[in-house]
Amino acid sequence: MSAERTITDFVRALRSADVKVSTAETLDAVKAVDLVGYEDREFLKTALRSVLAKSEAEKDTYDRLFELFFQRKQKEQSEKTESSEQETDEDSGEPQNFMDIAESSDEAVIEMALERAGQASGLQDIRFSTQTSYYAQQMLKEMGVREMEAELLEQLQAHTPEGDAEAERMMDARKKMTARAIEFAKQQFEVFGAGATQQFREDFLAGKRINEMDRSDMERMKPLIQKLAKRLVSKHSRRKRRKNRGQLDIRKTLRANAGRDGVPFDVHWRQTKKDRPKLVLICDVSGSVARFVRFLLLFLYCVRDVVPDLHTYAFSARLKDVGPYLDTSLDGFESAMERILAEIGWGSTDYGQALSDLQVDHWSKIDRRTTVIVLGDARSNHGDPRIDIFEELAAKTKRIVWLNPEARPLWGTGDSEMLRYFPHCSTVTMLSNLKQLERAIDDVLMHYS
Amino acid sequence: MTIDKDLIAETYSPLSSVAAVSEGLLSVGYISSEEISTAIYLAVHLRKPILIEGPAGVGKTDLAQSLSRYLDVPLERLQCYEGLDESKSLYEWKYGKQLLYTQILKDRLNDVVGDAGTIADLTGRLATFEDLFFSHDFLEPRPLLRAMEQTSGSVLLIDEIDKSDEEFEAFLLEVLSDYQVTVPEIGTIKANVPPIVILTSNNVRDLGDALKRRCLHLYIGFPDAAREREIVRARVPDVSDSLLTQLVSFVQDLRTKDLRKRPSISETVDWARTLLLMHADSLDEAMVRKTLNVLLKYESDIEATSNAIGSMARNAASASESKRLPSGYPSLS
Repeated sequence: MSAERTITDFVRALRSADVKVSTAETLDAVKAVDLVGYEDREFLKTALRSVLAKSEAEKDTYDRLFELFFQRKQKEQSEKTESSEQETDEDSGEPQNFMDIAESSDEAVIEMALERAGQASGLQDIRFSTQTSYYAQQMLKEMGVREMEAELLEQLQAHTPEGDAEAERMMDARKKMTARAIEFAKQQFEVFGAGATQQFREDFLAGKRINEMDRSDMERMKPLIQKLAKRLVSKHSRRKRRKNRGQLDIRKTLRANAGRDGVPFDVHWRQTKKDRPKLVLICDVSGSVARFVRFLLLFLYCVRDVVPDLHTYAFSARLKDVGPYLDTSLDGFESAMERILAEIGWGSTDYGQALSDLQVDHWSKIDRRTTVIVLGDARSNHGDPRIDIFEELAAKTKRIVWLNPEARPLWGTGDSEMLRYFPHCSTVTMLSNLKQLERAIDDVLMHYS
Repeated sequence: MTIDKDLIAETYSPLSSVAAVSEGLLSVGYISSEEISTAIYLAVHLRKPILIEGPAGVGKTDLAQSLSRYLDVPLERLQCYEGLDESKSLYEWKYGKQLLYTQILKDRLNDVVGDAGTIADLTGRLATFEDLFFSHDFLEPRPLLRAMEQTSGSVLLIDEIDKSDEEFEAFLLEVLSDYQVTVPEIGTIKANVPPIVILTSNNVRDLGDALKRRCLHLYIGFPDAAREREIVRARVPDVSDSLLTQLVSFVQDLRTKDLRKRPSISETVDWARTLLLMHADSLDEAMVRKTLNVLLKYESDIEATSNAIGSMARNAASASESKRLPSGYPSLS
């Protein structure tokens, strides 16, 4: 196998594990291998690492895959040099007989055959662990198991003691090779498929409806939320810093150069100041929405870097500032959530009361730079929704974003007041999965840049 | 100008193998590791910039400085910050000088254009003059341009690239991939001998993919005890062996704690100097408490570790004892 082929295969394995490697980097890797050679394994590993893996997470993945990948390659290569000497008189390109392979005492012959069969059956495309047995079957086929089975049948039909013994031998060989092929396929799955499965699972989770999730999903969501939040943070921390450099600040320039008779030696440029995001979060924590609140809060607490000014209120009947509960580390987040739910949640919802509490106690924290995010289903048990306060709130703030877990056709049915709040909101979005949540927060932050 | 292969080979010839890189850096007092040397070696031979990431104070900037000292080529340093732009990194017109010259030339202008009849005549006559004010004489070269103009190679250090804006990062791409810069009024200036480019980042923000893809990536973390001892020994030669072992093992222990800012190599070196000044020849609790503010820069960190200091100091002290005794002997504790 040529050096290029080895590297491209390795790059493929890396890509499937979510290490982003570009074509240019693959070329660099080939050049690096030319320079470094295969002799010194550690040297090769360090060299390729600096070319291919560009972050700490990628370096970890790289190290794991390098071991898996090159262990095999090295074995193969040393075998090749040995076997090439032995096989010069034979025709080495000819596929060997199944029984010859299975009963070979030389481990190298078996390994080689597995490798070859794996390549012929496209094992690099393996994506799920459930595919291993399928690929193992394909590999056996490539190694000539069909021919062997035909012979096996003949032997059994002969009904002679020698034939039975021969058949016994063949069945043993098949059993042994099946096990080997499965093992090999599993190994390959580790190299090429494991990362892809992870990626697939995350995509699936991000699109899954939050109220259909069970406990095990919730645990898996945490790292995913952190990942999405990190993406938002890096996106928005950059945008915040943009300045307007092209325009001349005439007033400042004139003043600075007054001493030089107004000849503009020093020029000053106009700069635009950006508002820092200021969020007020009002969460309905009654039974139906509690689950969404958990995710929204978790999400927002992950993006705290770009939202330093964040106030969180929760209510079912009376509104309460829950910021202090949540000022814990991420590990303590669950217990903080439990406490909030125990204290405030599960009551009968009253949006009107919550809004008037907000007006009485926390009105001063809201100004024209604030975005108010309301998370709730707007089901207020037929109480007065206090549209008047909401209208005043809308006039006072930059934007009001309403995230409603209910589907659009249900808005306004029964005790839902959504359609009456609707005209005063800047946007009302249905929120059913993580992707929509990310988009909603992204949209909110976008308005500050 | 074209890239001169022989000249490149000559300038960077001391870096012909990884071992040579390590030795070379050692000769100017930089204790390298296998990984660092490999990255430098590859950077020179693949002609690629290196992006170095890692916590503050582990010797990222120092690597560039040592490299330039060893190769005896100039070091061009560009410190990045928010709002850094081309005029401060690449070039700027000497605006004041241009203005001054125009003022002087104003009076002489009549001699040139005095008898020109029509506008067309006048522009024709002015066009015969060169672009006087936009020539090299009025150009103020900044680090990037200076690095490209060096005829015999250089080390270009772009420090703390993560502090600059996204636009600046994009602007750097031309410099990093082709080793050339463009001044619209003059043209493209290409480096005769491409500089060794070293970018450092403290991870204030994530860098763009485009930039990362163009660079080799090197992560310098906290060193292991053996390398840290070597580094401190190189920087503070007067420190005694036993104290050195003790203080390094104390710092290594401290780094495993949950701290807001973990001490890095520069702090270890400072601490070694401090202890030397205080005439300490071994670690004890009182001494550590007195000097802890050299290692820990946050009050909350000092408070958090306060309870454990005693046992940590004793552990560190015994670490050196057991190290000095030949194996097989019981350690004194």
